[in-house]
Amino acid sequence: MPTPKILPCGDSALTVEFGSTIDPALNAMVLALDEIVRTRAPAGLIETVPTYRSLNIQFDPAATDYDALVRLLDEATTDLAPRHAVGRRWRVPVVYGGEYGSDLEEVAEIHGLTPTQVIDIHSSSVYRIYMIGFLPGFTYLGGLDKRIATSRRLHPRAKIPAGTIMIGGEQAGIAPMDMPSGWHNLGLTPVRPYAPERDPVFLFAAGDEIIFEPVDALRWEAMEKAVQAGEPVAEEVCP
Amino acid sequence: MIDLVVKSCGPMTALQDRGRFGYQGFGVSPSGAMDRRALAMANALVGNPHDMGAIEFVNLGGSFNGEGGDLHLAVAGAGVSASIDGTPIPPLTSFVLKEGQSLEVGHPRTGTFAYLAVAGGVAVELQLGSVSFHLRSRLGGLKGAPLQAGNRLLCRPENQTGEPMQLSVDILEGTGPLRVMMGPQDDYFTPESISLLLESEFTISPQADRMGFQLTGPKLEHAKGFNIVSDGIVDGHIQVPGSGQPIVLMRDRQTAGGYPKIATVISADLARLAQMRPGAKLRFKAVGRDEAVAAARQLKDWIASLPGHLTPVRYSLTTEHLLSRNLIGGTVDALSPAGHD
Repeated sequence: MPTPKILPCGDSALTVEFGSTIDPALNAMVLALDEIVRTRAPAGLIETVPTYRSLNIQFDPAATDYDALVRLLDEATTDLAPRHAVGRRWRVPVVYGGEYGSDLEEVAEIHGLTPTQVIDIHSSSVYRIYMIGFLPGFTYLGGLDKRIATSRRLHPRAKIPAGTIMIGGEQAGIAPMDMPSGWHNLGLTPVRPYAPERDPVFLFAAGDEIIFEPVDALRWEAMEKAVQAGEPVAEEVCP
Repeated sequence: MIDLVVKSCGPMTALQDRGRFGYQGFGVSPSGAMDRRALAMANALVGNPHDMGAIEFVNLGGSFNGEGGDLHLAVAGAGVSASIDGTPIPPLTSFVLKEGQSLEVGHPRTGTFAYLAVAGGVAVELQLGSVSFHLRSRLGGLKGAPLQAGNRLLCRPENQTGEPMQLSVDILEGTGPLRVMMGPQDDYFTPESISLLLESEFTISPQADRMGFQLTGPKLEHAKGFNIVSDGIVDGHIQVPGSGQPIVLMRDRQTAGGYPKIATVISADLARLAQMRPGAKLRFKAVGRDEAVAAARQLKDWIASLPGHLTPVRYSLTTEHLLSRNLIGGTVDALSPAGHD
């Protein structure tokens, strides 16, 4: 792996860039470095923001010794062990198709598959959370099977409901709240990755894994009730 | 508790503090006050920590009254004015709003953002550690909402006993081009575009809000395309989408984005940019880390020095007015027309 680049982001931040592509190996390095920086907590550190392929580090310029921070990063990135290990794997129930996933049939048609085949393919991958961003709790998932990778809609929707299970290009995601989207809706989950009044506020973290479990629409009401009662509904399972 | 009651205000009037940090890795924008200098001045005047939550006005003022007791308040930022029952409050002076009186906060005159601080702050529930309202996340403010007529902000009576203070300090206005540090993706642009950024005049477009300021000016050309794999974003990043027209990202920015960032406005100059209105012209100047850090330290020191520049307001407005007339006229009774003889 080439030496990561340190890119200045003004006086209060820097980005450590491991590469320029979406690649699980790069992301594992990002998460490994994130852990080290958070543990070592250099003076003036405000917070770290891991993304697909880089780690953004924000600090108070008046309280941070920039040269010492760069030395720490140089040291940490030499012989950095990628963080492939995943803390948690989550099973997320999904009701596919129909009013729950209005683009399922279209996606099937584009790829010459049946809706059931799309559901089977979508629910048999293990997805990795590369990063969380765009909106609170929005998970950028890698691991979508190329057979159903579908370029974004020509006309983005102004609003899709919270819990929408969607795919865009080779990425997959779960809408944490009502949001605009140009991705394709395959289904709906009652799971809320983000709920400001719940503890924990965020269910998932970068580096976690997600598997989707197709469930019957008949179970929707019971699951929804459990979510209203503050239950996560997403189940932690053994990898 | 004493209620600060909102009688009217603009649609984006909302609570803001230093911002919400620690959750960007979960997609939560820090948000926070657009002009930290002005927030610090309003807070200093009523004896609060400099980054405590206060009401941020965006373009429009508002009117308020107090119920249940007297309130110790101050306004600051963008040349904002305030008056109680029609009597103007001198600038940078805290004041007591008595029960039954009406407070008018004028429209920000010289910029966009102004602040109203209450001694001891307002008692609202923090969301993820901050009161800062963020529109897209529906976080902070009053249960995820901005202020509107009829809202009641709870204030603690024990904090309202301070005496009115005056702040005599040179406001850190800043002049000349906005200072930037190049990067993180300046290598995605042609050398000509870097020169254009640093040598041309840009105009703030009407698309300027708490999230970002769209600029119009010469088209900046990308050397390596305009799509990058989304990476982290910070306040002040100048991102350039396919249009070639730069956008400076402000407090309500997203946490990650996929356009190359040619440069970053230094932290000390962000408040000045925030107070520039649509139509305003600006230039950029590249500086090194040393200058940017020195400017950040200067701002931090200036904010820390504010409480040392406070003096009590010794006389009621009327008395002060009369005394000054006596001094000028050299007379004994300023109220008597005969005094002028």
